[in-house]
Amino acid sequence: MRRLLYLIPVLVFAGVGIGLALGLTRDPSILPSALIGKAVPEFDLPPVEGLDRPGLSSADLKGQVVLVNVFASWCIPCRAEHPLLMRLAESGVPIYGINYKDKPGQIGAWLGELGDPFRRIGADQSGRIAIDWGVYGVPETFVIDAKGRIRQKFVGPLMPQDIDQTLLPMLAKLNG
Amino acid sequence: MKHLVLSLLLLAALLAPGVRAATSPDEMLADPALEQRARALSKQLRCLVCQNQSIDDSNADLADDLRRLVRERLVAGDSDRQIIDFLTERYGDFVLLKPPVEPATWGLWFGPGALLLLGAGGIALHLRRRRRAEPVPLSAAEQARLEALLGASEAPDRS
Repeated sequence: MRRLLYLIPVLVFAGVGIGLALGLTRDPSILPSALIGKAVPEFDLPPVEGLDRPGLSSADLKGQVVLVNVFASWCIPCRAEHPLLMRLAESGVPIYGINYKDKPGQIGAWLGELGDPFRRIGADQSGRIAIDWGVYGVPETFVIDAKGRIRQKFVGPLMPQDIDQTLLPMLAKLNG
Repeated sequence: MKHLVLSLLLLAALLAPGVRAATSPDEMLADPALEQRARALSKQLRCLVCQNQSIDDSNADLADDLRRLVRERLVAGDSDRQIIDFLTERYGDFVLLKPPVEPATWGLWFGPGALLLLGAGGIALHLRRRRRAEPVPLSAAEQARLEALLGASEAPDRS
């Protein structure tokens, strides 16, 4: 019995060690969003200058399940995820864009080259609205439910497994 | 001599205060008291891009935006608490370099102390038990062996 007492420090050490080791396997660049479950922030963004596309406000995001993608033409990972957004848009998922700190002249060419999945695009020149959304890097993609609440956030470029394993089941559930 | 002067100059440059701060002169506030508060707040806020730097230290674009935002809100009359709340609402507690003390972070704040106390308690208990243990009397065989040994050493030259 006394012998078992000596095992306590070993067990505590093993517990702490396992906890810390698990912590090391997480990607530290991905932060949980503080906004999940909350309503989208109130905002009203003007259209991108020179682009024939209406701007974006919080009122546009109510009534149906939508994606909001924060993107910029200078952002290389955005280019990487773009084909996936195109495919989602083609399958009927409504996608709205927040164009983050971009030069107005460049985004038209960028969308012309890669295709345009967005129904509306708001121009966030100052990056202030992105701060309201808790954005800390582009791209970020939000899932908004029909009541206008943020349900999920993807940081960094969307990956095919994000779409298959998380996004599509979630959209099906929210729409169902 | 020349080397010595040069080394001292370099050392002075290293020790000079404020060299590392990323705040550029054009974003500083005219009111020194407000600027002081802005700097103090910026030091507590994490740059979310470069994660282990405060926004006061970081040159990242977002850190720059957040420093300007902190200053704008200070000028608008917000308290330090309101500014911290504004940012934690958007970025969560992660934006604070010092995590708040709450049930979810008790392990973080008190865990190391608790482990230390546990260890110290264990050692104290062990030492007390050892001191209190009665010396066990020698068995008959041990007693005989002891006497034989003592007897041998008391008369070393008898041969």
